[in-house]
Amino acid sequence: MGVMQNLSRRAFIVGSAAVAGGIAFGSYSHAEKAVATAHSNPLAAGLGPNSVTFNPWVEISPEKITLIAQHADIGQGVGSVQPIMIAEEMDLDPGQFEIRFAGPSPAYFNSGFADELAPFLAADQSPAAEEARAATLEYLRKSGLQMTGGSSTIPDTYEKLRVAGAVARETLKAAAAKRSGVPIADIRTQSGHVILPNGSKIAYVELAAEAAKIPPVLDAKPRDPSTWRMVGKPMMRLDVRPKVMGELKFGIDLKMDGMLFASVKLNPNKGQPLKSYNASKAQSMPGVKKILEIKNGVAVIATNSWYAMKAVEAIDCEWAPSTYPAEQADHWKVLEASFKPEFLGKEWRKIGDIDAGLKDGTLVEAEYRAPYLAHQPLEPLNGIAIVSDKGMEIWVSHQSPQAVQSTAATAIGLKPEQVTFHNQWAGGSFGHRLEFENVRVLAEIANQMRGTPIKLVFSREEDFLQDIPRQISLARYKGSIKNRKIVAADLKLASTAPLKGLLERMGAPSKDPDAQLAAGLWNVYYDIPNFRATSYEAQGLSPCTTWRSVGASTAGFFTESFIDELLHAAGVDPMKGRIEMCGVPTYRKLLETLAQMSDWKGPLGNGRGRGVAFVESFGTPTAEVVEVTATDRGIRIDKVWVAVDVGKVVDPVNFENQVQGGVIWGLGHAINCELTYAKGAAQQTNYNHHEAMRIYQCPVIEVRGLENDPKVRGVGEPPVPPAAPALANAIFAATGKRIREMPFNKFIDFV
Amino acid sequence: MIELTVNGTKHQVDVVPEMPLLWVLRDELGVTSPKYGCGVAQCGACTVQINGAAVRSCQSRIGDVAGKSVTTIEGLANRDAHPVLQAWIEHQVPQCGYCQTGQIMQAISLLELIPKPTDEDIDVVMSGNLCRCGTYPRIRAAIHAAAAKMGAK
Repeated sequence: MGVMQNLSRRAFIVGSAAVAGGIAFGSYSHAEKAVATAHSNPLAAGLGPNSVTFNPWVEISPEKITLIAQHADIGQGVGSVQPIMIAEEMDLDPGQFEIRFAGPSPAYFNSGFADELAPFLAADQSPAAEEARAATLEYLRKSGLQMTGGSSTIPDTYEKLRVAGAVARETLKAAAAKRSGVPIADIRTQSGHVILPNGSKIAYVELAAEAAKIPPVLDAKPRDPSTWRMVGKPMMRLDVRPKVMGELKFGIDLKMDGMLFASVKLNPNKGQPLKSYNASKAQSMPGVKKILEIKNGVAVIATNSWYAMKAVEAIDCEWAPSTYPAEQADHWKVLEASFKPEFLGKEWRKIGDIDAGLKDGTLVEAEYRAPYLAHQPLEPLNGIAIVSDKGMEIWVSHQSPQAVQSTAATAIGLKPEQVTFHNQWAGGSFGHRLEFENVRVLAEIANQMRGTPIKLVFSREEDFLQDIPRQISLARYKGSIKNRKIVAADLKLASTAPLKGLLERMGAPSKDPDAQLAAGLWNVYYDIPNFRATSYEAQGLSPCTTWRSVGASTAGFFTESFIDELLHAAGVDPMKGRIEMCGVPTYRKLLETLAQMSDWKGPLGNGRGRGVAFVESFGTPTAEVVEVTATDRGIRIDKVWVAVDVGKVVDPVNFENQVQGGVIWGLGHAINCELTYAKGAAQQTNYNHHEAMRIYQCPVIEVRGLENDPKVRGVGEPPVPPAAPALANAIFAATGKRIREMPFNKFIDFV
Repeated sequence: MIELTVNGTKHQVDVVPEMPLLWVLRDELGVTSPKYGCGVAQCGACTVQINGAAVRSCQSRIGDVAGKSVTTIEGLANRDAHPVLQAWIEHQVPQCGYCQTGQIMQAISLLELIPKPTDEDIDVVMSGNLCRCGTYPRIRAAIHAAAAKMGAK
């Protein structure tokens, strides 16, 4: 049976009615507040005199034009590409507008989650799948959930920001038509001005007051891509220059008059309270102003961050023990015992007769492991807050604005709407800034220091200790081969549940199986006649959360390593085998492109080896070839080729940078990173224990972006999952050694 | 009181001599381009020049910096035309950008030491500077481009 037939059969079984209700987000608490139709424009409330806003993304005053970046900028380029998509349609040039990050509002709900949350394979474009996605979109609209994640920045905003810009442009033209008496059809726009037929120009800012008095032209259409000046072409990211000049202010760089500095020591047994503490030594240390007890630890208020960090280090604390196993070995034991019906997450996909398939041919079995991992963006967790009788104001970089409000409010007995949130430029995230420890702790501290602005900076060590890690995962795979073909694959994994954990901490617990555990497990696009993909959710382990590429970062490694093992056992070339088995035409084309780019001709010999892997995550198919040499100093990674199909490459230079960065992220952590527990605490507390890739290990990375996919896809995460399996497969090709557990340096040396 | 010169301006700071230069710059003097990343010389985000040499400001006790001259990226001479900064912009090196001021200060020092560095030279000198976003291919390209610009002058 072909893959597409299976897709539509599954679509028939699931249908669309089943998904309209719950989806993965359960009953999100903001759903009740949101209205079913369009959300009101949050910019209207703060508008000055003679100013206009056409929609939640464009604001024009007599002095300036402000474009709203609706997502959080965590280094992926949101603060540039989102305003530029609006500016493209408005005929604005860089430098003619200011950029502001969106405040919390359901108007900024993320439509880009619709495809990921609807329970259909990304390659399934059947009417039933599209209907389910449409239903999910409506659910998201009602929920008003504003969140950055899931590689959704471009998919969410590609249409809506260009429409927002077109509406602004057409409304400004209408205002100019009204003023001048010239028909709209004879008016054009250029470089921040409306141009009248006689050549005279009116700056947009001069039209703000008049544009505010006429209804916005809502049926304005974005332009044909062939007319684009910036989008889709190599362009300069707007934040590059200020970042290079050292002028861009990250959250950690903010300063306020009268501000004091805080640092914390929190229970390393995550989520557990403080039992007692002794701060006698810290009290008399230089710069110390105050020592505070908070729910799960202690804080020092001092005259600068370093004084606060040194003093908090000197406080002796007694902690309540962890609820998860204190020692790492026992975490693995729990996973090993989780392949049981009572821990079943879901059987995500079943094709043919798996039991009969496994008996038909030669059986191949393998077990794979992936550890907890820390996120550790280089800018540590921080934030500034001030609490007054009226409420709280907080400056912090975060991916979930509404959840910042609710978390801070809950911590100190306020209502969410009493918390004013100002998003900040982030020095990386990788999923870290979807969690709330700094927000909750800062709220508690600022509440005890009412009236004084408090700047909290986590020490790197504290940041590591409180990092809610990536899921830990164990896979037990079985398959069989016959006549040089894979006849069966039975993929089972036991894992902690990252998305469920995050949702629970957001106050939106879900009873549904964690769909991220299906990523890289069920979305296998090879024609395998007997196939089953099953997840088990281990209980009682460390809290876990989303880490760049989430479920696919572990299951992608397992599945693509196993496919490689099956093809090897079948005596088939790993690239040719994948191409022949691939049932989705655009994905097959992707693999063929990769083979061509890398000039794939089979084994290299002489201690050199190449590995290939192909994983679709967040709807974006990505395939990579890694080439290594086994030297006498260890494995050297020589070169990587990457092909990614995103439907449309919106920001080509940044695209390449993102893809290369994703590959480096995937390779570096696979080589040398893990987060392990001893006495309930993470053992890795700085980069020397959790290093990932440095420049000396970085290979040449050749990137090709394809535009064959029928939809516009994201690229922040999808380059990560294929990197680890492609590397493991390359090491096997070079050395004959099959590595089934990350980090790889436990089993083989690297240069 | 400890006296030091930062980007050409003399300052007196009233802090303990053990305080790392990084925190004096950031919290006492408001010079924020040197970043706190690790505090233990593992990431290089805090790299500045002391009397012209690239150092990790998280490891430099302010007491030892007394009387010396500190340069951060804000204080580089002829900043707008600086070949290293220009190359960094032309190659669009940054993603999040948090490590980049440290990378640039280290690269400037590398190019002073070795005007035409090979990839291997770059690896040796730049491996102490961590980039979590993975901009290494662009860092390499920008250093080569800067070397070419400087060589052409």
